Amino acid sequence: MNSALTIDTPIHESSNFITPMIMVRGVEKTYPNGTNALQRLDLNIVRGEIVSLLGPSGCGKSTLLKMFADLEQPSAGLVRWNGKAEIQSQCKMAMVFQEATLMPWANIAENVRLPLDLQHISKSISTPKVMAALKAVGLENFSRAYPRELSGGMQMRASLARALVTEPDLLLMDEPFGALDEFTRHKLDSDIRQLWSERDLTVVFVTHSIYEAVYLSSRVIVMGARPGRVVADLEIEGPYVRDEAFRSSEVFIQQCSHLSQLLAEASGGHTHD
Amino acid sequence: MIKPLIQHPTVKRIAAPLGLGLIFLLVWQLSFQQLEVPVYVVPKPSDIVMAMIKESGVLFGSLLITLKITLLAFVCAVVIGTLIAFVFVQSRVVEACFMPYAILFQVTPIVAIAPLVIIWIQNTTLALVVCAMLVAVFPILTNTTLGLRSVNKGLLNLFQINKASRWQILMRLRVPNALPYFFGGLRISSGLALIGAVVSEFVAGAGGTGAGLAYQILQAGFQLDLPLMFAALFLITCTGLGLFALMSLLSHFFLSKWHESEQV
Repeated sequence: MNSALTIDTPIHESSNFITPMIMVRGVEKTYPNGTNALQRLDLNIVRGEIVSLLGPSGCGKSTLLKMFADLEQPSAGLVRWNGKAEIQSQCKMAMVFQEATLMPWANIAENVRLPLDLQHISKSISTPKVMAALKAVGLENFSRAYPRELSGGMQMRASLARALVTEPDLLLMDEPFGALDEFTRHKLDSDIRQLWSERDLTVVFVTHSIYEAVYLSSRVIVMGARPGRVVADLEIEGPYVRDEAFRSSEVFIQQCSHLSQLLAEASGGHTHD
Repeated sequence: MIKPLIQHPTVKRIAAPLGLGLIFLLVWQLSFQQLEVPVYVVPKPSDIVMAMIKESGVLFGSLLITLKITLLAFVCAVVIGTLIAFVFVQSRVVEACFMPYAILFQVTPIVAIAPLVIIWIQNTTLALVVCAMLVAVFPILTNTTLGLRSVNKGLLNLFQINKASRWQILMRLRVPNALPYFFGGLRISSGLALIGAVVSEFVAGAGGTGAGLAYQILQAGFQLDLPLMFAALFLITCTGLGLFALMSLLSHFFLSKWHESEQV
């Protein structure tokens, strides 16, 4: 009912419509123990968007993101990448996880090189790409360091560099900065925003922070819990280039309180489902 | 001096326990000399040193034999244990089928199996190696299996997203991840190989040219030659310590750059 705000485009109308990068139709997820993680979901992610999936824990936002990555299969419904059922051929995708998930036995450069190594790309080609990715996240001087020698924020940057090294079209981020302190988090949020604005990149960002969602996104999908569902789907107003000043602006605060109201209504109105 | 010498880390770690050992030996030597305890009851350190010098040829030969059996058994245990672990990781069903039997071997005392093995295998050296290997293989098997399995879920997802093959996941994720577990297994297993070798030597009671240190202890016991018993015992302990140190060194060499266990 509350998912009425989603753009509901039938599949066959794609001729006069830009094929969405990710299209989700009637997706449900029920675990073998009967838990209904996601309830009938329809949504589109269009190329060039930076979208946040916002919601409380247990609303299935991480599950949905894993479906975008083809790491999890829906119990019903379908996911399409550029209109195809196969992610491999259709888009270059990279993912950043809740933790940095670096290989502790390899130094930062080797960690960042991993996706290229797995594709058997020779070192002479991969080395400049690795250096560029490290430079993009400000870690060019730490290529030989081991993960344990870096702070949590720097480890997350390395993880981001590893995602960028393949020059992906689609970047999926699963609450990547949840474990970091406020300052580091703000810095990384603006870095993500900047990276997105500089490249032809589509970002889907899972978070439970309203502020992070509003600051980062061009669009926020609000999800409710038990069962996981889309509560609202909003465009975010704000300048294209955002800085710290945006965080204290009227329009920022207004949208934050609106989202927080939506979240509260969602958890209040559906407890007796 | 602002800081007493005893507070220095190297002194604390090496000199302090060494000093304690020397004091112990000194007290042992002097008190047993004063009390005139007969050598066939408890020998003094000096008696043991004398025995070691007098019988050095025999003892050294026996040491080499025990060492040979231990090392052969250890190498076999490492190779076989690791190979089985790799098979186990490929499929849960295989592991479920075979693990109970591996445990069966582990829980049956080697002293009880050794007589059978010695009857079945004519070659004494080979029989002893098999016995010692049976004792040593288990920690390597379980530790390596655990290490190969317990990979970070996120890293595994990352490999899957990048379309890594089964082989790439094994070599680039599972194997490096298993190294700390594997070296932990090596440390335990090296000691067990020595224990297995000595115990099965006791059971075999093999003398002649193939006599290991256990045989020397057995033989010296019959003759109430306690200094010789102590000397042989000392050599066995040294072998065990040497193996342990070697394994720690190896572990340090491979893990010091990244693993928590090797951080000071």
